[in-house]
Amino acid sequence: MIRVQARTEQSRLMTFASPLLAIVLTLIFGSILFTALGKDPLQALHVLLIMPLSDAYNVSEMLVKMGPLLLCAVGLSLCYRANLWNIGAEGQLLAGALGGSAVALAFGDSESMWVLPVTLLGGIASGMAWSAIPTYLKLKFNSNLILTTIMLNYIALYLLIWAVHGPLRDPMGFGFPESALFSDAALLPVLSDSGRVHLGVVFAVLAALVAWFILSKSHLGFKIRVYGADEPAATYAGFNANGISWFVMLFAGALAGLAGVAEVAGPIGQLTPNVSPGYGYSAIIVAYLGRLHPAGAIVSAVFLAILYMGGDLAQIEMGIPIAVVGMFQGVLLFFLLACDFFIRYRLVSSRETVA
Amino acid sequence: MSETLKSQNSSPRLELLNITKQYPGCLANDQICMTLMPGEIHALLGENGAGKSTLVKTIYGVVAPDSGNIVWDGADVQIKSPAIARDLGIGMVFQHFSLFETLTVAQNIELCLSPSQLAEIGDLDARIRELSSRYGLNVDPTRYVHSLSIGERQRVEIMRCLVQSVKLLILDEPTSVLTPQEVAGLFDVLRQLSAEGCSILFISHKLHEVTEICDNATILRSGQLVADCVPKNETPATIAKLMVGDLAEQDAGYEKAHGEEVVFNAQKLTLAAKQPFGTSLKDVNFSLRKGEILGIAGVAGNGQEELMSIISGEDKRNLKDTLFLSGKDIGTLSAGARRKQGLAYVPEERLGRGAVPDMSLSENTLLTHSAGFVKAGLVNWNAVKQYAKSLINQYSVKCHGESAEAKSLSGGNLQKFIMGREIGQQPKVLICAHPTWGVDVGAALAIHQALLTLRDQGASILLISEDIDELFLLADRMAAVCNGHLSPVVRVEETSIDQIGQWMAGTFIETDTTSEAHA
Repeated sequence: MIRVQARTEQSRLMTFASPLLAIVLTLIFGSILFTALGKDPLQALHVLLIMPLSDAYNVSEMLVKMGPLLLCAVGLSLCYRANLWNIGAEGQLLAGALGGSAVALAFGDSESMWVLPVTLLGGIASGMAWSAIPTYLKLKFNSNLILTTIMLNYIALYLLIWAVHGPLRDPMGFGFPESALFSDAALLPVLSDSGRVHLGVVFAVLAALVAWFILSKSHLGFKIRVYGADEPAATYAGFNANGISWFVMLFAGALAGLAGVAEVAGPIGQLTPNVSPGYGYSAIIVAYLGRLHPAGAIVSAVFLAILYMGGDLAQIEMGIPIAVVGMFQGVLLFFLLACDFFIRYRLVSSRETVA
Repeated sequence: MSETLKSQNSSPRLELLNITKQYPGCLANDQICMTLMPGEIHALLGENGAGKSTLVKTIYGVVAPDSGNIVWDGADVQIKSPAIARDLGIGMVFQHFSLFETLTVAQNIELCLSPSQLAEIGDLDARIRELSSRYGLNVDPTRYVHSLSIGERQRVEIMRCLVQSVKLLILDEPTSVLTPQEVAGLFDVLRQLSAEGCSILFISHKLHEVTEICDNATILRSGQLVADCVPKNETPATIAKLMVGDLAEQDAGYEKAHGEEVVFNAQKLTLAAKQPFGTSLKDVNFSLRKGEILGIAGVAGNGQEELMSIISGEDKRNLKDTLFLSGKDIGTLSAGARRKQGLAYVPEERLGRGAVPDMSLSENTLLTHSAGFVKAGLVNWNAVKQYAKSLINQYSVKCHGESAEAKSLSGGNLQKFIMGREIGQQPKVLICAHPTWGVDVGAALAIHQALLTLRDQGASILLISEDIDELFLLADRMAAVCNGHLSPVVRVEETSIDQIGQWMAGTFIETDTTSEAHA
């Protein structure tokens, strides 16, 4: 008989093997699904996973999707390390897009070199402001961070929709719910000849490296880890719990805000209601798949970006519905959490223990 | 009387034959054999981690042994669950009580009885009252558990076993939470039970209690049975030697020291309880002098936790003109700022508060000791590792290096490490809570000597402990807390265990209404 036994120490091997195992299981699940849909599973997986990397254009588009995922995931990793369950990256991203757009549009046709930096700062500040609300509510009234951040995601979305229907709507836009196109001075420089990959990707990788440095080298990063791992120990040591909460939440808000403004000032070039295909939510999966480590987040952000890209391609090439991507993500997180069980537990046959 | 019963009934009540239990990475019980006669009071002794808990849990059906037999009243039995153990007549009082605070005594007892048992008993309240007067337990079935003291709760646990007509009562460190007077009361109950033929298995760290009450003792060391002895023929010192092996040195009397200069004082410290069942502090006054150990005795839950957290600053409520360190009002400083002023603290819970379980010893060093290791916000991890190594060497912490996770250390070794870390900050004042609670004899000795060395270097130590022997051994002056009141502070030479015991029970509160400390 096989039974479950607690491990004496957490398995380091499983910590890293678990994401890989989860990916393999997800692919097996996907193959079964595609077969059931009457599609060739090998071709479907090829389109989904290999094609996004097949040429320079696809890689460039994949990186466009990786940028916001990584920016949000890095901030979330820090929050989760500190045991703060911030589900609000989506809202903070939308707030960043909205705030950044307002700044960019206010500059009009100005060609000043300050337009872009101030636009980006506007987005960052908006994201921070949006994450400051639930942080304040938690610290002041001990409200549930998960609930407040989720609710603020919807508020941010409807605020954005209101803005493109109202104050930020392009007066020359025939009534479409979209802003005017940003001036060239407000757009992020594009990095490659083919595709739309832009400076935002560089910001994302830099953010991951900065977060890595903070966590591993700085005293503040150490305090974040202690606070998340063992709050009574942090209190005992005299760490400033409020300061740590504010730091990680504002850091996450700033990065998500940057992700949002980099979308509107990057590939989109204007504010539309469809700024994000759920980057802020997928970033939760990216953070976990990357083991809440900023460097791990880089790898997992690439993987999720490939899935996003592959989903688009699968729709075009094989007529597979785009909802499959969402399901793939969900199943991936499901398998990941299931596999994480084996970090702390293992299976043994009971005969072995008697011996 | 118990002697006659034992001779009448010559077949053993319980026999353990070659009980073996293997946990991942640790052989908890290695072929343990033990025999218990009816009416026998049997001590189970050993250091922490020696396998005592595993053995009693095996008897009570919580843990299944890998091999070995249990013979109960002459018949081979398989005790697969505590319910089966209770049906056989085995009762257990755990170290941490399992009572629902919001229920009454009778309701708590009813919860663990089967319908048939209840029908047999009939009027449960009457049965509790009858047993209560017969054994002098003084348990009122209608009272709510949250209104009971720790000693009373323990008697409820014992009552729970008695109601089921117990034939073997297992007690896991029953005296660690009691005042000396309560201990005497408990022993009377145990002797009476034994005289009526109930066997008692008694786990304790306190050797003089074992020599006082137990007929026989089984001593375990790292999972193995090392000796069976008759405690009355031994001294606490010889038993201790059997428990820890060749440990030549023993705690002897230490020189007392008396300082003059006041380093820390608390004036009119009054503070409402934070939790519903917490204890409010009531006009607590004391001063701590340079180079002395001030011991504070008291039964757990009488305000010790509240007192320590307000002094350390973990309780973030601000107090003005109440707490002074070197003449400076520290009542409004954060816990971190108080540390910088020279206040160090060894908390009661080692794992989960004094140390982060999943972090390495190096990281746990940095937890409270950052001076010299952090420059411009960045940590010099190499220096931290070197320092952690030196702490491990200096305090003989048994572990596999400075990268070992705190949770992989035994309680005693982790405590030595935490103690070393706090002492290494060269504090002016060290608050030290239950420093040797659950720690084996060898580590306790090392911890005692570390404290005395720190005192002799001129630091002041506030020692809060439930172990009255330890307080008399280490402290230079003493006081007791009861229900948030602090007794007068006296020199240890000028008091007695009896007086401190009475203060722990609160006798000073009426006689000394101003509770002005004789500083």
